[in-house]
Amino acid sequence: MSVTPQDVEKVALLASLAISESDLPEVTERFSRVLNLVDELNTIDTESVTPMSNPHDMEQRLRPDIVTCEDNREALMASAPAQEQGYFLVPKVID
Amino acid sequence: MAENALLTAPVSKLKQLLLDRTVSSEELTEAYLAQIAAENASLNAVVTVCAEEALASARNADAQIARGTTRSLTGIPLLHKDIFCTEGVRTTCGSRMLESFVPAYDATVVTKMKAEGAVMLGKCNMDEFAMGSSNETSFFGPVRNPWDLSCVPGGSSGGSAAALASGMAPLVTGTDTGGSIRQPASLCGVTGLKPTYGRVSRLGIIAFASSLDQAGPMARTAEDCALALTAMSGIDPGDSTSADIPVPDFHSALSTDVNGLRIGLPREYFNDDLDSRVRENVMAALAELERAGAILHDVDLPHSHFAIATYYVIAPAEASANLARYDGVRFGYRCDAPADLEDLYQRSRSEGFGEEVQRRILVGTYALSAGFYDAYFNKAQQVRRIITEDFQRAFEQVDVIACPAAPGVAFPFGSKQQDPIAMYMEDIYTLAVNLAGLPGLSTPAGLIDGMPVGLQLIGKPFDEQTILNAAFRLQNDTDWHLACPDLASLSS
Repeated sequence: MSVTPQDVEKVALLASLAISESDLPEVTERFSRVLNLVDELNTIDTESVTPMSNPHDMEQRLRPDIVTCEDNREALMASAPAQEQGYFLVPKVID
Repeated sequence: MAENALLTAPVSKLKQLLLDRTVSSEELTEAYLAQIAAENASLNAVVTVCAEEALASARNADAQIARGTTRSLTGIPLLHKDIFCTEGVRTTCGSRMLESFVPAYDATVVTKMKAEGAVMLGKCNMDEFAMGSSNETSFFGPVRNPWDLSCVPGGSSGGSAAALASGMAPLVTGTDTGGSIRQPASLCGVTGLKPTYGRVSRLGIIAFASSLDQAGPMARTAEDCALALTAMSGIDPGDSTSADIPVPDFHSALSTDVNGLRIGLPREYFNDDLDSRVRENVMAALAELERAGAILHDVDLPHSHFAIATYYVIAPAEASANLARYDGVRFGYRCDAPADLEDLYQRSRSEGFGEEVQRRILVGTYALSAGFYDAYFNKAQQVRRIITEDFQRAFEQVDVIACPAAPGVAFPFGSKQQDPIAMYMEDIYTLAVNLAGLPGLSTPAGLIDGMPVGLQLIGKPFDEQTILNAAFRLQNDTDWHLACPDLASLSS
């Protein structure tokens, strides 16, 4: 299946990626090539096959809802590209 | 021992030298740091060197040795792939997005290797977010193959494989989502093991595709991989997918006895598409095991040709979800002067991620989007089960499955980078193993025109021991794993 540049722009928006006008034709072409590759899946009958999300069909363990991590807020905040008074700083959202 | 012999010695030998006090961990550490300093300019295998910290922990290891309180890797230098979070040490994942990210905690693998006494020398270059098979997608530039500097080392753990092959460390870690340990091990002539999914904790490994990612060791011998695997493995409360299954001491259980071992050769892999020279090398290695008492059988993996299509839906889909966290707000790269919040998200991601990463995010987002989820993601997960069941049936007849680790030897830079599909085909023999969650190992099987080829051995779930034993026997009877690139010519 091929996609159009408009399809790619829509997916890019969903993925929060900005694709420049000049890159769009090539991105679209390579995207289509990957989709053509995976379209092979349409040739196999999977009626009544249960999807597999864990290769050993293992259930995820749950743990008691108790705090186990040390409080390392300062170390974690140190990675923020911009912060103020212990909060992440972003451009103004509400006027 | 001559300097060069020290740099190419296996961990098992170095352990003995350390315990005999023939060499100190500090001397070893200095020797590897010197090798990194001398060769990294031409190889670009290491992105961060931790010289001071390494020497301090080496001195600490020497004190432990003097006191007689050693652990399984006390004083052994190692390099981690730069996908493992290391507290206080920059962890980039090969991306501009994390160019200056300094984690606040250690990955469980890092913690465990530290607890066993290993000395971390630094961090290895890799394909960006582990997406690639040539190490050409790294923001920090490509890694070169020490066997031929004009060729790729494989990927995504290409920095780890090249560093090991060039004597920068006797032990390295990698991760393998679709072949990222086994393919570079094959292309660089070292032994690399991808454990069973769930065997090793994923806590602190920067996530790519959570149902496929698995960490493992690369070393000069299967024996060293057994040592390292024992150190790395085990259930972790911090990773709910780590398996609650006892970890054997893979090293002390090593055996050269392969008498009666049934090795399956999938007809679908040994077909006309297989490069005749790769076939010759792989069959020569299998003939050695046959001489040692193993029995070769043909087996069928009838749906194996669906592995690439299945993988290139599931891995990008999981990646698109995992990489949604990079938003330019909490950590990682942020664009300059964003106009508004949307602009901040979009430009931070488009400027922070490279081309291949963005392509996979797009494909994954598409596969998960409304209207396409059933046709792509759900369908791929169904085919994943069919592929896994093929392996289950084959393992009713055999103990091990054997095939090449990669379709060829290392290829020149740029030769596959323009065509994503050609690059994806590099992992044609490895992807299905991740989909089925099985352990797989690549062990050297000789050279083609001076470049290494790997034999892949695939085991039943949680049966790393059997493939380690087969590789151990092969390395006992042959000297392919001892072949080294010409270190003296590297920097000249």
